[in-house]
Amino acid sequence: MPADMRARLGLTDLPNLVLSASGCAGAGRELAQFIDVARVGAVISKSIMAEPHTGNPAPRLAETPSGLLNSVGLQGPGMDAFLQRDLPWLLSRGARVVVSIAGQTIREFAGLATRLSDTAGVSAIEVNLSCPNAEDAGQPFALDPQRAGSVIAAVRGSARYDIPVFAKLSPDVTDIVAVASACVAAGADGLSLINTLLGMAIDPVTMRPALAGKYGGLSGPAIRPVAVRCVWQVRAAFPDVPIIGSGGVRTGRDALELLLAGASMIAVGTEIIHDPSACSRVLRELEEELAAIGTDRAADVIGQAHGRTPRGLAWRA
Amino acid sequence: MPVQIRGTVLTLRRVDAYHALTLVAPAIATKFRPGQFITIAVGGPETSMLGRRAFAVHDVRPDHGGTVEIVFEARGPGTRWLASLRARDTLDTVGPLGRPFPIPRDPSSCLLIGVGYGSAPLFGLAARLRERGSSTDYLLGGDSAERVFGALTARRNGRSAAVATTDGSFGARGAVTGLMEQIIREARTDVIYACAPVPVLREVAAIAGRYDIPVQASVDVPMACGTGVCMGCVLPVTGTDGITRIVRSCVDGPVFRADLVRWDDVGTIPFDALGAPGWSARGEWGGGQPPHDRGVIRGVVPPGQQSYAG
Repeated sequence: MPADMRARLGLTDLPNLVLSASGCAGAGRELAQFIDVARVGAVISKSIMAEPHTGNPAPRLAETPSGLLNSVGLQGPGMDAFLQRDLPWLLSRGARVVVSIAGQTIREFAGLATRLSDTAGVSAIEVNLSCPNAEDAGQPFALDPQRAGSVIAAVRGSARYDIPVFAKLSPDVTDIVAVASACVAAGADGLSLINTLLGMAIDPVTMRPALAGKYGGLSGPAIRPVAVRCVWQVRAAFPDVPIIGSGGVRTGRDALELLLAGASMIAVGTEIIHDPSACSRVLRELEEELAAIGTDRAADVIGQAHGRTPRGLAWRA
Repeated sequence: MPVQIRGTVLTLRRVDAYHALTLVAPAIATKFRPGQFITIAVGGPETSMLGRRAFAVHDVRPDHGGTVEIVFEARGPGTRWLASLRARDTLDTVGPLGRPFPIPRDPSSCLLIGVGYGSAPLFGLAARLRERGSSTDYLLGGDSAERVFGALTARRNGRSAAVATTDGSFGARGAVTGLMEQIIREARTDVIYACAPVPVLREVAAIAGRYDIPVQASVDVPMACGTGVCMGCVLPVTGTDGITRIVRSCVDGPVFRADLVRWDDVGTIPFDALGAPGWSARGEWGGGQPPHDRGVIRGVVPPGQQSYAG
């Protein structure tokens, strides 16, 4: 019998705990050509800003060993178009939707949360804290515990009580537990980690940066060990706060590793670029991994690597 | 709708400076229309290369239930890996993807311009054009003789075929655009189809604009996903509503009306693009009209009347 893969996101029951990560599933339509979006645990939208946004010039992507550098720069249609076009489409297909929001000021974040609170069908809000803070010389909110906390407090204060707020954390910090702690104290219902790591590539032929934006976010299997470490540290500090674990998940085994580190859900990101049906494949492979270790509930392996036997774990030979 | 399949390598052969790979992929072959492309995951199951490689389809045949052929140059680790494959190897293949070449309803005089292995998708297009009663003239180019793809086929099937090479080793010396005006005049060209690097397409669009000839240009922009999720392959393109948007060449292209692509602004974010820094839907310009929109008649703008520089 296949393992029970269900998860809970606030008040929403998810059929499984494999989600599509923000910025890697387009508006959902792109993936629907290859997989049934209703069978993805939840679709996390591209980060939505208040207004349409062109993003950065090309070249925006560079391939690195087991990694992808991107400086897309949050290109998107803006909140109005998202609410009119993309969200209704996803809901009509039976998908559960987590809306990632991006702003350049705390007020902007709060405004986006207010807009989403007037909308039906938002399973959760994921706050992209890696946006540059216009009031702090473009320094991302996620790098400073106090500023990250201020954004989360503003979003939590503006969002409807029954919509959980997840803070998406950047690994580019000395102490990710300090940022997580500030977000939890500010009212975050959950944490999502990790976002990309800032990286750079230089083209030896042109002798110039490979990306028009010079730096880019590094994602893919190259960063998975960083994700595992971050999830582990945050889980150790906050064992009761749900974590959406992401960062270089390519296979079911990778997903299992993040669950063992303490993630309660998994988001597949860059692998979707490599394999458009990655979400359903990772889910299937994770079911096989769990069957192989004789577990009948995915929830039972969450945080197992910490050595504390969770309640209700049924050991099998 | 594209499909994701495991295609089996049927043949892999050298064609001058390039490689031609034929895959058994019935589900892709039956849906394919000229101008569309496929993507292939390279490097095997444990690959460190995360971006898929995109290839225009050269030929589709009904044998083995349906095969597709691509032509590529082994110039990076991904394409070198592809060039090392053997018959019966299988490949994670997605396709057909992208917007195909539109075909004129009435018989027309069509000029097909291709540079390097970029000419690969033109031959399937030519067959489709001839079925509809159109005539096809070819203009092929490349750095040198072995980098001109398909000249023999062009000579055999086209009403005319001209070649230009940078080093003069085959046909005229110089760029394809040097021969363009003469062919346009002699062949009384109605429509141009072009597959070439962006700087050549820009030149083709400029020349065709002077003669009021519509150009369907297939852009060769690096892609990572081919499905529209990664937002890597973007270009500034003006819509028929006069508004410039940053669009993805994999889903909105790869075939574009050349007069709508802002060739001079490729690789930049034009200030008047929808959502550019400072752009505002209800800002100081009011009424959703970005500044360049003033004086532009909404609706279809005839080719040649658009400013390429925006």
